[in-house]
Amino acid sequence: MTALLTILVLVFILVAIWQMVKIFDLAQAKVENSQIATDNDNRINGYLMISFLAFIYIITIVSFVKWGDLPLLSNSASEHGPQIDNLMIISLTIIFIVQTVTQFLLHYFAFKYKGEKGRKALFFADNNKLETIWTIIPVIVLAGLIIYGLSTWINIMGVDESDDPLVVELYAQQFNWKARYAGEDNTLGKANVRLIDFDRANILGLDEADPNAQDDVITTELHLPVGKPVLFKMRSQDVLHSAYMPHFRAQMNCVPGMITQFGFTPTVTTAEMRLTPEMTDKVVNINNIRVEKSKELIANGEPALDRYEFDYLLLCNKICGKSHYNMQMKIIVETQEEYNAWMKEQKVFKNSLIN
Amino acid sequence: MSAHEDTHAHEDHGHHHKETFVTKYIFSQDHKMIARQYLITGTIMGVIGVFMSMMFRIQLAWPEKPNVLFEAFLGKWAPNGVMDADIYLALVTIHGTIMVFFVLTAGLSGTFSNLLIPLQIGARDMASGFLNMVSYWLFFLSSVIMVISLFVQAGPAAAGWTVYPPLSALPMAQGGSGMGMTLWLVSMAIFIASSLLGSLNYIVTVINLRTKGMSMTRLPLTIWAFFVTAIIGVISFPVLLSAALLLIMDRSFGTSFFLSDIFIQGEVLHYQGGSPVLFEHLFWFLGHPEVYIVLLPALGITSEVIATNSRKPIFGYRAMVASILAIAFLSTIVWGHHMFVSGMNPFLGSVFTFTTLLIAIPSAVKAFNYITTLWKGNLQMNPAMLFSIGLVSTFITGGLTGIILGDSALDINVHDTYFVVAHFHLVMGISALYGMFAGIYHWFPRMFGRMLNKNLGYIHFWVTAICAYGVFFPMHFIGMAGLPRRYYTNSNFPLFDDLANVNVIITLFALVGGVFQLVFLWNFFSSMFYGKKAEQNPWRSNTLEWTAPVEHIHGNWPGEIPHVYRWSYDYSKPGHDEDFVPQNIPLKEGEEELQH
Repeated sequence: MTALLTILVLVFILVAIWQMVKIFDLAQAKVENSQIATDNDNRINGYLMISFLAFIYIITIVSFVKWGDLPLLSNSASEHGPQIDNLMIISLTIIFIVQTVTQFLLHYFAFKYKGEKGRKALFFADNNKLETIWTIIPVIVLAGLIIYGLSTWINIMGVDESDDPLVVELYAQQFNWKARYAGEDNTLGKANVRLIDFDRANILGLDEADPNAQDDVITTELHLPVGKPVLFKMRSQDVLHSAYMPHFRAQMNCVPGMITQFGFTPTVTTAEMRLTPEMTDKVVNINNIRVEKSKELIANGEPALDRYEFDYLLLCNKICGKSHYNMQMKIIVETQEEYNAWMKEQKVFKNSLIN
Repeated sequence: MSAHEDTHAHEDHGHHHKETFVTKYIFSQDHKMIARQYLITGTIMGVIGVFMSMMFRIQLAWPEKPNVLFEAFLGKWAPNGVMDADIYLALVTIHGTIMVFFVLTAGLSGTFSNLLIPLQIGARDMASGFLNMVSYWLFFLSSVIMVISLFVQAGPAAAGWTVYPPLSALPMAQGGSGMGMTLWLVSMAIFIASSLLGSLNYIVTVINLRTKGMSMTRLPLTIWAFFVTAIIGVISFPVLLSAALLLIMDRSFGTSFFLSDIFIQGEVLHYQGGSPVLFEHLFWFLGHPEVYIVLLPALGITSEVIATNSRKPIFGYRAMVASILAIAFLSTIVWGHHMFVSGMNPFLGSVFTFTTLLIAIPSAVKAFNYITTLWKGNLQMNPAMLFSIGLVSTFITGGLTGIILGDSALDINVHDTYFVVAHFHLVMGISALYGMFAGIYHWFPRMFGRMLNKNLGYIHFWVTAICAYGVFFPMHFIGMAGLPRRYYTNSNFPLFDDLANVNVIITLFALVGGVFQLVFLWNFFSSMFYGKKAEQNPWRSNTLEWTAPVEHIHGNWPGEIPHVYRWSYDYSKPGHDEDFVPQNIPLKEGEEELQH
């Protein structure tokens, strides 16, 4: 019913606009009705152009003030994170300056040089000097960005085996994640989806004969010791997925038929992150929103929402089917001792098989 | 010389045959009629595409709430009026496909290349009227198939407009990957054939049928843009066709081009040795040039509209042509920036970062040249001019964030988030749409012999302009907060709860913006029949199309084709009384032509 009313209102608004235009047209009929812009149109639209510039500036300011200090832009939780964030902030600053200046010129000129009968425009077809200037400036700026960007990229993507990273497999399937730790030998056992055997609980298709596989540990939560480099090996059993860990500035697709990789070092434990002022603010804000929403839900006889507590997350970020929007895994970064204690509770592969 | 003989042959042809209703309105070989057919088909597809976006925007703002629109239009896909997650993905997929290919490729290039190439270069018609007709009807057929695919039992294609396998290849992975995807692929294959026929025709026409005096350096920038667009299309579309054919093989004939080692729904599939990454390469080898296939014609139209309405020559004609060529060249070697985190070798990523960021240089030159064209002009604020200025504005805003996405290191964290959605909608979606609107407002008198109502045009522009920024500007920020695209709802991630109100704001702008396109549709269809009769050259423009009679005739000009003596940008040239000098006016004694 409300929708019907909305549609009706919209129709009436449209009719009203049409009527207004008609009146406007009739009022102009005596003067001229060629549907070509008159000096009056030029003036009005010139002023609208300068107002539109104000609108662009306002929406920019509002967006930055309200949503610009998102924790994701500043407090990364991995060693390489600050490099990405710095590059991002520098790029955003350059963009902001260029955007502000060029939009000003564009709209200001549109306002300043609005047409008047009898005035003649300047015949100005070419100027090599000007064009050289605005070719050279972007070249210099971009050269800087390319060099900075590429050095960051190479730094992030290069895997240094000498760091002795913790090897973890991220295994994707419609619509959940599993993690496989390499165990004591820190070498993942061979695996292929053709070896999956549900009857024996070999759910990731590990090669049961491979000695490296015996001590592998399969979990549904990802625990990482803080300060220790991790090398993720990604695998997917069905369609493309993408392992996206935004807090760690990390992402890599999981591709059926091949193994992809991404490495980083977590630097902030979950407990520490929960205590940072930005995060506590964010969590309080989110919980306020959830309380409001819960009121509504309770009024409709539905259960209230749980309180939110911050956790790192692994999200799927490549369209993978119906429940793509709910494919996630909790990541817990903890001290080495906590990690060791947790790991001790997990079953190794050879003990998890059903005979 | 051969071109000259050819046009005479055409003239005779016109005299001998009386046109019937069918040959005039349906199977027409006249480029002006084909342009109108493209425009109207494109508009209808556009209405479908925009309406879909409004539906999924409602779902994103008020997730999993019943809505009467869903109940009315989605039927079984909206039990109790709540949108189903599968149909959400299908809506997103078909919205993307329709807008990119059917509206902004066929609707834009098809309309204006067809209308303007013969008229602006001084030709009687396209090089092959027959192929042109076949091109349109293939486009029509592919549109019909795409629309039919919306009604199949298991749902339309829903793997995203990029249709990456294995999701798109396996019906057990997703309902939409059954008959829906088959029809999608068939429709696209036909579409590509249509596009290739059109493009070849455009290229041949521009090369061979220019009137006397119309050297390449006197071509209006519209023609340069259409010409280069057609070349990019011919280079890249066949690669998509091959990808589509290989995908059809994998789907229906058991080959393993893109598939390997798949375990789904409890069984191992036989595929071995293929790679989805190969498909990504093939897809984006078209996919990225496609962005410029969409954008360049819009920029060409803008060049023409801005120059005419500023009453000034376009600034830096040579630089504009050079930047079109540079963009076209670079566009074919940057596709990998869509694949930085695809598992591709990181070294390749470095190369693609380098080539991608280079594109910013010709783009910057174009933006600065547009702005300089406005400087000290005498701006006539016709609706077409407003849309052109709007295009430059969104092109800058959207283009700048490309610096972030093209940078592989930064792409890691914003890849496939709403930041990407915001970027490409502004820089290619909205910009190209503005270009298309600018073209329609500017050449409507040429197409239909009547004027569009300017006041409705003003309302249309200003509401659209505000809504476009209202929708896509905040979207950058939810992307930077890490919100992935193509999520049916964000409510499973309390982490994103503080972004829910942004989504509501975006949706409100989207709904208002969408509804106000009705103002345009009203204006378009009512002016077609009841608009004020157009005069010969309403915008006092220099290009040749305005020398042809208002009434459409086969062969465009009743007598001889006008000869060309100057470039098309002699606006406000000193030494002339009028502030425009059409291309067919000979140079005055002692007048110098600008050296290009």
